[in-house]
Amino acid sequence: MTDQLTRRGIIAGLGLGAAGLATGAFGQAAKAGPAVTLLNVSYDPTRELYVQYNPLFAANWAGSHGGQRVTVQQSHGGSGSQARAVIDGLPADVVTLALAYDVDSIAARGLINRDWQKRLPNNSAPYTSTMIFLVRKGNPWKLKTWSDLVKPGIKVVTPNPKTSGGARWNYVAAWAFALRQPGGNATTAEAFVKALYKNVPVLDTGARASTTTFAQRRIGDVLITWENEAHLAIKEFGAANFDIVYPPFSVLAEPSVAVVDKVVDRKKTRAAAEAYLQYLYSEAGQGVAARNFYRPRNPTVAARYRAQFPALEMISIDHPALGGWARVQATHFASGGVYDRITAK
Amino acid sequence: MSGLAKSPARRDPPFLVAGLIAVAVAYLALVVFLPLVIVFVEALRKGVGDYLAGIGDAEALSAIKLTLLVAAIAVPLNTIFGLAAAWCVTKFDFKGKNLLVTLIDLPFSISPVISGLIYVLLYGANGWFGPWLQEHNIQIIFSVTGIVLATTLVTLPFVARELIPLMQAQGSDEEAAATTLGANGLRTFFLITLPNVKWALMYGVLLSTARAMGEFGAVSVVSGKIRGLTATMPLQVEILYNEYNFVAAFAVASLLALFALVTLAVKTLLEARFSDELAAQRWR
Repeated sequence: MTDQLTRRGIIAGLGLGAAGLATGAFGQAAKAGPAVTLLNVSYDPTRELYVQYNPLFAANWAGSHGGQRVTVQQSHGGSGSQARAVIDGLPADVVTLALAYDVDSIAARGLINRDWQKRLPNNSAPYTSTMIFLVRKGNPWKLKTWSDLVKPGIKVVTPNPKTSGGARWNYVAAWAFALRQPGGNATTAEAFVKALYKNVPVLDTGARASTTTFAQRRIGDVLITWENEAHLAIKEFGAANFDIVYPPFSVLAEPSVAVVDKVVDRKKTRAAAEAYLQYLYSEAGQGVAARNFYRPRNPTVAARYRAQFPALEMISIDHPALGGWARVQATHFASGGVYDRITAK
Repeated sequence: MSGLAKSPARRDPPFLVAGLIAVAVAYLALVVFLPLVIVFVEALRKGVGDYLAGIGDAEALSAIKLTLLVAAIAVPLNTIFGLAAAWCVTKFDFKGKNLLVTLIDLPFSISPVISGLIYVLLYGANGWFGPWLQEHNIQIIFSVTGIVLATTLVTLPFVARELIPLMQAQGSDEEAAATTLGANGLRTFFLITLPNVKWALMYGVLLSTARAMGEFGAVSVVSGKIRGLTATMPLQVEILYNEYNFVAAFAVASLLALFALVTLAVKTLLEARFSDELAAQRWR
């Protein structure tokens, strides 16, 4: 409650500050261009991040553009469904999605240039995350690592990989874990994820819905989720009810960002849209990310928040054992792929 | 009334009567009344201040405005369409009449999600008309236009469905009489047909208003969920709920419920006030 209040206070303060800066600068420089509106189509858990980041960016943009006002609109949902909406014509200036594959699928329709991942540093992923466990207080089932989740009777909450980006990272982490076990290969890994998904009572469409299922509706023994989402749940629902468990091994999740070329060229918003994404890499942007429990890329900011992010071994999606998103998607999540096979009745 | 006293139900043992009433009341309480109460309890859980803050938030206000706007466009459209369709179907004979009646019923029988998807497939960027629309810079899906279209489709049958049975029962004798006495079509419509169906019409309008404001499935497909822009009240409830802002979510939900309750109250009030006229019309 207090947490929420202070957070709202901070957000309101930031908003007011940004508005004040914008109007103040506006008064001085009459030459400011017409107001710009950007639409950021994002995935589920970034709501709080961008609520804080948008006014910061607006203030910075106004400061360097003679007080020009930028309003950023937000749309959130499962990463896959959001990508689908952009493909179907949702006029996003920028997409900030859960994984590169979803941006690739928009690029495949010609809306984003195919080289998008090289246009910004760090694979166009300004912050990273990893997939960890949220358990009931005291960890009654002593769940420490992925192999504990396949034990009979354990109820695991994770969203549907067909619609949710976080869910696909969860799946990949489990798959990679199984591959690494002594004697691990595609067959044993398939058996492992099959056992894991057998333990899933509810498949929500997005990460946020899964958190609500686990925390609010109290279903399940463990929630596999984004590191940031787990910390946010603790913040919202109280540390008295949940514990965070860091498995010793997980996946390096790289949420990707890109300017939607077709849209910004039509709306003539390219400059602001590009600046919006670049500013995510600034110290201010990285700070907001870190405070929302996304792992910052900037070494200075990362050092400042080191205590917040325990070290664990994280495998990249481009590791030869996995082969990148295009391969993982085709093998596992396409129609008739491994995921369909293991969930078939 | 004297017939009721002798009816078998009145001879049932008292415990059976009481038991059945209890079951009915408990059922209604659990299924209808308690959920309604819960909405208001949750909304007011942290006091009136938080409740008002939840409703007064800029995004919530824009959701309320959008919802009212959509209803204000969709309901009149469907009223005109429903009247015209019912008039055609009940007063005239023509080829394809059954097809028309079936088409009117279609939105009732298909899932709202499909209704929304149909529009994405037609007007979306990759839809039939998508490229043409984009060339001319017209945004239908993921804009207010798309939301109005989807809502209109979903609420299309309500007015017509209320009117058709009544107008069928009334027949076209009065209209025929008016015509033989020299009234033209328009005059007949306004002096005979419209007054005869005004209650059913009003009921249909109220029902479609309630549904237009509450529609979730179809709207969620075509909305794009842009906060403060294309989020209607039901979508805003989902957004707030997903942001752990439960008080605000229930506050907006309670407002939506309140709209529905007001609609029902208006209906009941009018019915009570004009009950004689209404009864006369039913038995005509």
